[in-house]
Amino acid sequence: MSGAVYIAGRGAISCIGKNVQENIGALRRGEAGIGAIRYLRTVHANTFPAGEVKATNEELRDLSELTGTNSRTTMLGLIAAKEALTEAGLWEGGQLKKTLGGRSLRIGLISSTTVAGMDLTEEFFPAFMANHSAGRLRNVYQHEAGATTEYIARALGITEYINTISTACSSSANAIMLGARMLKAGMLDIVLAGGTDALSKFTLNGFSTLMILDQQLCQPFDQNRRGLNLGEGAGFLVLAGEQMMEALGREKRVRLSGYANANDAHHQTASSPDGTGSFMAMKGAIDMAQLNCSAIGYINLHGTGTQNNDASESTAIHRLFGDEYPAMSTTKSFTGHTLAACGALEAIYSAVSLEEQILFPSLRISLPVIEKPGVVVQELRRVSGLQHVLSNSFGFGGNCSSLLFSLS
Amino acid sequence: MSAGASPYWINAAARIRANRAWRNEEPVFELPGATADEFLTALYKELSTDYPKWYKMDRLAKLGVLAAELVLGKPEAGSGRGEQSPYSKAIVLANRHSSLDTDRKFVEQLREIPSPAVFVYTLPNIVTGEISIRHGFKGEQAFFVDDQPPVDLLVSYVERLFEEGHTDSCLVGWTDILGEQYEAALFRVSRVAEDSVLSRPFTGNNVYQYLNHE
Amino acid sequence: MNREQLVEDLKQQIIEQLNLQIKPEDIVASDPLFGEGLGLDSIDALELIVLMQQKYRIKLANAEEGPKIFKSIDTMADFILANQTPAAG
Repeated sequence: MSGAVYIAGRGAISCIGKNVQENIGALRRGEAGIGAIRYLRTVHANTFPAGEVKATNEELRDLSELTGTNSRTTMLGLIAAKEALTEAGLWEGGQLKKTLGGRSLRIGLISSTTVAGMDLTEEFFPAFMANHSAGRLRNVYQHEAGATTEYIARALGITEYINTISTACSSSANAIMLGARMLKAGMLDIVLAGGTDALSKFTLNGFSTLMILDQQLCQPFDQNRRGLNLGEGAGFLVLAGEQMMEALGREKRVRLSGYANANDAHHQTASSPDGTGSFMAMKGAIDMAQLNCSAIGYINLHGTGTQNNDASESTAIHRLFGDEYPAMSTTKSFTGHTLAACGALEAIYSAVSLEEQILFPSLRISLPVIEKPGVVVQELRRVSGLQHVLSNSFGFGGNCSSLLFSLS
Repeated sequence: MSAGASPYWINAAARIRANRAWRNEEPVFELPGATADEFLTALYKELSTDYPKWYKMDRLAKLGVLAAELVLGKPEAGSGRGEQSPYSKAIVLANRHSSLDTDRKFVEQLREIPSPAVFVYTLPNIVTGEISIRHGFKGEQAFFVDDQPPVDLLVSYVERLFEEGHTDSCLVGWTDILGEQYEAALFRVSRVAEDSVLSRPFTGNNVYQYLNHE
Repeated sequence: MNREQLVEDLKQQIIEQLNLQIKPEDIVASDPLFGEGLGLDSIDALELIVLMQQKYRIKLANAEEGPKIFKSIDTMADFILANQTPAAG
């Protein structure tokens, strides 16, 4: 199969909702989910606001229908994955649908994470260090990146193909890219692609030492921004080709029409001032879709709120679009930076923008980085004729990805 | 994916494991009895790498940069850097332990004051970033985590990159380290066979064989 | 605290903290640490902030204070002597 790749199903869980509908509702109402840390036990609870999913691990266990001890990352991922499969018509009676019209389906899972089961390992470690016989070893079964994916795959019954991508903040965008490529190469019939990350002390302390966290609610893409707020969550897309969409009886509305990945080759964690990696990623996605820049109606920015990213990303956008900017906003002002999950979550928000012809705002902006009036969307905006949307995800290690979604 | 004729070529390879280093099939250096850290530092000096930033890297990045040095040579030595656009040079790596070697170090530091220089390396793809910075690779990069080297995935992924038309050269392979166990095998793949003797077709079989030769 | 001793300590600590492959004698206390001089980068700057906290119990609230304080070993020593609380050291 070479040809179009469509979105057959979506699943999302974040600090603004436990499913896609709740997420979109909050985006429409302008209600962010960032605040003092209430679920993770950390000394930074009242220092750095974060976007925590509003559920304890016990509640997530019930929602994910898992038993035993599981990493929060695994549970978030499973909840979003099931929602996506259900929407696609592939999850029925608590089971994965493996045949369609008498034919067996090759279904693959491509997940991604930065922190995996670290939340459990953090709990295990102090007891273990004090006494090497202490601590419950089962708490570290899910430590490794691949392990959380394996547990999700096992709970879903996916056996055909399982992979884990770990490229920091661009991870789930890259998972979606790989999924699309495997479909086009005819290697799989259906791909469940996305990412998941739970808030952990590891991440919070690490970002704190890099001094890029905001102690207030973040103001990404504002000239007076102070840094980012961390978030947590999971997002998954079910991707399928034309024929499979028809077999599933799914409406072919949103297509992944372009994608690209490039390396900034500048620094381990900072983006280059001229935004080269970002520029190449966006341009690559637009070129692949064989479009002109003027066709892009909206950009869902990576927009974390750090001095560095927003400067670099806006520079890259200017290099690409000149002064003919498309509208743009960053939904991280609602969700915080959900790390590995952000590519997939923001892909879902971008798809909804296309389907419903609405642009979600960047919250808490006084003086936008790009000052041209109307460019940075600051209030929910109805549009017409929106055809193509770009979603950016730029990660540590200089890993820059852009996904281009189009209305069919 | 086909195991037969491949239009792409392995033009250089390198392997580092168990205190030995090879460039293509040639043993280049060995230091029996050394610890992993001692060996890596000795290899760095043996290759006259002269890149002070290396000392600040974590062990995975150190291993990856040395393996890249063996395969690609020095950045200035025109290892294809001058002729090709940096945007057409890609890197695709995989490993088993992700950044666990450094993650462990960081978690220990959380008890007192964590180090930003350590945190920066708590992601497996930083090594691709470091190689990119050193050798001027600005094309696509990917990093996979799998229990064993995912040879079929790596080969098909790279073939796909070439087919899409934006990639002319790719550094692909496996870089893994945890404690005293480490292994790296890297290949430089491009569209043409540069050497009638040394160049090998880029196939799963050839990759697998190189990963396992003694 | 003796300023001369502090400068010598700082040279040693910086070499250790930043994994520099040089000897204390190679560092001139008045030379710039960033830019030319030792050519440190932004992660090194953060490590110096950690060093301040760990060894001298001085916390920098703002990364922007950094460039002035970390200009050279001399400016670092001045800052420590001015800000160190009597109980510490």
